[in-house]
Amino acid sequence: MTLLAIDDLSVAYGEIEALKGVSLTVEKGEVVAILGANGAGKTTLMRAVSGLLPKRRGRIVFDGADITRASADRIVHLGIAQSPEGRRVFGTLTVAENLALGGFTRPPREIAGSIDNVYAMFPRLAERRAQLAGTLSGGEQQMLAIGRALIAKPKLLLLDEPSLGLAPIIVQGIFRTLREIAASGVTILIVEQNVRSALKLADRGYVLEIGRMVHADSAANLLASPEVQQAYLGKAKA
Amino acid sequence: MGTFVQQVFNGLTVGGIYALIALGYTMVYGVMRLINFAHGDLCILGAFVGLTLLTGTAASGQPGALVLLLAFAVAIVVIAAAGVVLELVAYRPLRKADRLSAVVSALGASLLIENSIMLIWGPNVHVFPAGLLPDVIWHVAGATITFVQVMIIFASVALMAALYYFVHHTLFGTAIRAVAIDQDAARLMGINVNRIIMTVFIVGPALGAIGGLFIGVYYRQAYFTMGWTYGLYAFIAAILGGIGNIPGAMIGGVLLGLFNAFAAGYLSSSWQDAITFGLLIAILLVRPTGLLGEPVAENA
Repeated sequence: MTLLAIDDLSVAYGEIEALKGVSLTVEKGEVVAILGANGAGKTTLMRAVSGLLPKRRGRIVFDGADITRASADRIVHLGIAQSPEGRRVFGTLTVAENLALGGFTRPPREIAGSIDNVYAMFPRLAERRAQLAGTLSGGEQQMLAIGRALIAKPKLLLLDEPSLGLAPIIVQGIFRTLREIAASGVTILIVEQNVRSALKLADRGYVLEIGRMVHADSAANLLASPEVQQAYLGKAKA
Repeated sequence: MGTFVQQVFNGLTVGGIYALIALGYTMVYGVMRLINFAHGDLCILGAFVGLTLLTGTAASGQPGALVLLLAFAVAIVVIAAAGVVLELVAYRPLRKADRLSAVVSALGASLLIENSIMLIWGPNVHVFPAGLLPDVIWHVAGATITFVQVMIIFASVALMAALYYFVHHTLFGTAIRAVAIDQDAARLMGINVNRIIMTVFIVGPALGAIGGLFIGVYYRQAYFTMGWTYGLYAFIAAILGGIGNIPGAMIGGVLLGLFNAFAAGYLSSSWQDAITFGLLIAILLVRPTGLLGEPVAENA
């Protein structure tokens, strides 16, 4: 069953078109990766899906509902949560308050249980629950951003560059947790510059180049593809 | 000793009022990065609405406390509604416009409200009716403390405590703080930012209406330019505490009231503004972001 279908989506900042007719689908239970260089339009795509950017053309259908013009808060209510690029935790709020806000769309009495699950997944956050989020390390802030998105109990989890600016060892830990999250049945759409980790996690992948989708294939085929290897995995042309 | 205690009570009374009004400036600034210059005028509009009810019902023979409560209730509702209209008409259409356009709109709204007050109630000074509150006076350590002062101090403290609880210990209050930090991130939590801004334009003016009516009841007078006078004081209190910071506005208001009272009591009442603002400048030179305005690790 198709959970998310993006059809011919164009998004522009003033005169500059950042997305030029992008189409993609995400099936229920799948992990889909979007690869691409800096400036390819990956974050624009994520922000557009979450309703933070107006669309110039095209259509986004989520779980049977047209969300092309839906407001950002409505989209969260419908079941899409995002861990945004740069993490965007609320620096002057505590870890516990950040997590509670993740459950803003849910009945208050259900949130406590979800927060406990996140603490079990990320024990570091449990230790630091009363600390201001701005005082956490980058890795801890990333855990918080992911945990916060999970508390919304999303049908679709959007992850924008979860490895950005983090040490390799921390990135490994984050991806290990993402595999657990995916295994628990959460559908994930992930944007990553760390192509190898993303494709190992994903079932399928799309390659975005300056606002256009140029490849779509299974994650395994993309990992093996000479173009992807050359462009994103730093291997010389054979 | 008598002067000291007297000035502490005078200062706390005025400070409580400044704090109630300052909260409106700081909450709006917090979520919109906008100085709502019309806030002081809204507060004084509250005083006039209350005054009209008081003079209209004072002769009805009802107990003073009941009349006063009714006046406060009506003033709160009318001013909160005016706050919503102000946001919808003067600020929302300019949300994405240049920062300066919103400032001009705020100044325009201020003049509009001020002139409306003048056209409705006239340019002369209005006197609040006497005898609404018990004429109880306490003598404490050589100082004279009136019932009105005690009422204002208690009510201000209670209202500030309630607001603090709402903002810091409820999910909706946490959402207000989240919007103040990062609007897009707040949207990603499913928070309706427009609804939060609307709430701020209800709560701020409602507290301001109480503050404005307190000014009327305390000084027993109201005039149409009073919004600027007291609005400026409250705005400065908000800056002093660190604009955008809610506990800061509370502390800034009380401190400014105390400065004011001590300057008037010990030095000279004609110099009180000069002395108060001199102190303010001194504090801002040392702490440019205000007393509690220090950004705590806001980088992400």
